[in-house]
Amino acid sequence: MAAMLQSFGVATASVGFSDHSTKLSGFSVHSLPVIRSEGRSISGPINGTRKTGKVITKAVAAQAESPASAASKPGHELLLFEALREGLEEEMDRDPRVCVMGEDVGHYGGSYKVTRGLAQKYGDLRVLDTPIAENSFTGMAVGAAMTGLRPIVEGMNMGFLLLAFNQISDNCGMLHYTSGGQFTIPTVIRGPGGVGRQLGAEHSQRLESYFQSIPGIQMVACSTPYNAKGLMKAAIRSENPVVLFEHVLLYNLKERIPDEEYVLNLEEAEMVRPGEHVTILTYSRMRYHVMQAAKTLVNKGYDPEVIDIRSLKPFDLHTIGNSVKKTHRVVIVEECMRTGGIGASLTAAINENFHDYLDAPIICLSSQDVPTPYAGTLEEWTVVQPPQIVAAVEQLCQ
Amino acid sequence: MACSATTRIIHNPLAISSSRSAEKSDFSCKILSPSSFWGSASLGKKLLSVNKAISPISRRSATVVAVSDVVKEKKLKSSSSVSNLLITKEEGLVLYEDMVLGRAFEDMCAQMYYRGKMFGFVHLYNGQEAVSTGFIKLLKKEDCVVSTYRDHVHALSKGVPARQVMSELFGKTTGCCRGQGGSMHMFSKEHNVLGGFAFIGEGIPVATGAAFTSKYKREVLKEDCDEVTLAFFGDGTCNNGQFFECLNMAALWKLPIVFVVENNLWAIGMSHLRATSDPEIWKKGPAFGMPGVHVDGMDVLKVREVAIEAVGRARRGEGPTLVECETYRFRGHSLADPDELRDPAEKAHYATRDPITALKKYILENKLASEAELKAIEKKIDEVVEDSVEFADKSPVPARSQLLENVFADPRGFGIGPDGKYRCEDPKFTEGTAQV
Repeated sequence: MAAMLQSFGVATASVGFSDHSTKLSGFSVHSLPVIRSEGRSISGPINGTRKTGKVITKAVAAQAESPASAASKPGHELLLFEALREGLEEEMDRDPRVCVMGEDVGHYGGSYKVTRGLAQKYGDLRVLDTPIAENSFTGMAVGAAMTGLRPIVEGMNMGFLLLAFNQISDNCGMLHYTSGGQFTIPTVIRGPGGVGRQLGAEHSQRLESYFQSIPGIQMVACSTPYNAKGLMKAAIRSENPVVLFEHVLLYNLKERIPDEEYVLNLEEAEMVRPGEHVTILTYSRMRYHVMQAAKTLVNKGYDPEVIDIRSLKPFDLHTIGNSVKKTHRVVIVEECMRTGGIGASLTAAINENFHDYLDAPIICLSSQDVPTPYAGTLEEWTVVQPPQIVAAVEQLCQ
Repeated sequence: MACSATTRIIHNPLAISSSRSAEKSDFSCKILSPSSFWGSASLGKKLLSVNKAISPISRRSATVVAVSDVVKEKKLKSSSSVSNLLITKEEGLVLYEDMVLGRAFEDMCAQMYYRGKMFGFVHLYNGQEAVSTGFIKLLKKEDCVVSTYRDHVHALSKGVPARQVMSELFGKTTGCCRGQGGSMHMFSKEHNVLGGFAFIGEGIPVATGAAFTSKYKREVLKEDCDEVTLAFFGDGTCNNGQFFECLNMAALWKLPIVFVVENNLWAIGMSHLRATSDPEIWKKGPAFGMPGVHVDGMDVLKVREVAIEAVGRARRGEGPTLVECETYRFRGHSLADPDELRDPAEKAHYATRDPITALKKYILENKLASEAELKAIEKKIDEVVEDSVEFADKSPVPARSQLLENVFADPRGFGIGPDGKYRCEDPKFTEGTAQV
């Protein structure tokens, strides 16, 4: 079959992000059909060395769709938070050792409804409402993981996990190593983060940069319902501690996802839009700003290649490298702060590995190094906006 | 008699250092006699039993003594028949051997440190053996122990071979953590020692999690599980947020855990009294809804009695207990600590209460074993410790290939390299020499 075409079960037209008063409920995601640039079959393992179970480990949709919409599409439509819940529920059904702990995850259903209904289904112990003690219940998750459970810790807002930094860094990250490999910590730490709609500085934090140096943890960021479910499942099944970054503003994205089970690869990046002129690397919410900028760029005659890196630690240098080798120009668009952010690490990694292939210095567009202001205008300028991305690409491609 | 397994937490009849007038106490609420350390004879402490609702200060009385003195009187009257004793001969020898092992091992650690065989921060347990032995010898293999950086003896009591602990201290690959943990991070999956933590308080949530697993196994997975977790930590930790947060969660969910405070009065150079608004740590248990018990931590039989009750409570699903063991470390905080702040008189006082000497005395006085048998145990332990040093000496240091091996349980976490292969497939990668 046309291994070229990978469809995410695309819904129709999207709405722009420039209007800040737009509510996000009922948003549709428009993702262009994805084509792997090398012509390799997507469903096969890379170089035949990756161990795969019975579940599909790479992002493959049920059937290839023709771009013209069929009368009855396969799959089902849902919102991103529902996709997360679906993934979570499937994993909890599959393995009774999977449990959730966090504030208001049980009876309240989760502050962003990711765990709604689960406590009623699985009981109060499997979906545990904890007291407000992040450091301790994260440590509790570590202890539970060491003794055989597979806990998922929800930070009500990612920023709260700063209180759990001791446990995340010292225990989640380190214990497998300091115990000489005796204990595994298969925890998933997840929660909403990123800059929202005037939530104030402390609820608008981007913790990717703070956690990225911790040895022993993996970090992934989801951005669509499709990859949210797939990454959630992959994170739960992973034997490593994984931090899954969700974004406050993306929970209500709607997309059609496959009915059958799929698990994505934690270490891989996602090709969003193949192109020839410039590689744009992004993740999480900035993907949408990039795609909006991409529309403008296409109208102006540019052909950007957009990659959602998804795996913030480690970087998928294969996908990224192949893109750099093709386009020779890189723009990184991220929501992280400028200093020591994911973009900074990525810039360094690309420079070290693919320096010869670059025709121009890498442009890294990050958020300002500022505690996110409350005022709407200031908040807008804190984060990278599509016009800035367009300008950066134009500058790079001169 | 003290050794009956009722739901009461009672003192055992070994002599207390201070003498008080005897008084019969109520069934469910016993008043403890304050130890000389507190200084104030008028402080009455309360021992809370399971059955009684926690009523704090209503019954403070000036001179009341524990059941121990009452029982001691009883004991003097009747001849000490075997049924009056707290332990059988076998148990006594097990306790003795364990404490001697702890002491001899730690002494050897000090020697080896000064000879340059081990490095870094090494915290020795001399003087506190009664707590480790008193509690851990009651556990099954499946029960979990979580400790702090002063963890060598906890690991040994739990059953980790001395060879593995010594190798770990020497940084050899045959150590229990392959040399990657060191003195402060003793782990053993086989013996369920869950660490070994350098930051104080860090291990308490982990212990709470292990207890949570036990409850989860019972209630969700419907397995027959009555595993108990013991969390050991010091007086300094009891001012830390994680301690209180875990007391709350453990009591809230009735987790099968015992919080054992090894109150040796000093957190490096900070006296417990200078750091704590209310120095009676056992009192903090009832504030969270669990019994708080104070026990003389220099007396292994007293500790054992309390431990039997606390562990039993946890096993029966009745929830956590906070046990404060008043103990003392004979050496400094670590081998790097000059130990200048502590009063020599205080040290001398506690030296007279050496737990090993006390147990030896008890065993001999009650004719549980002969001097020769005890000497044989000491000799055997010396050989075990010597052997562990030899073994550690001869063991290989870790090879470079070990460097990155255990960073991830699933080494795919290192990511995909530019060539499309996972980094971990590169044989040079775990040496840290591959181009990253």
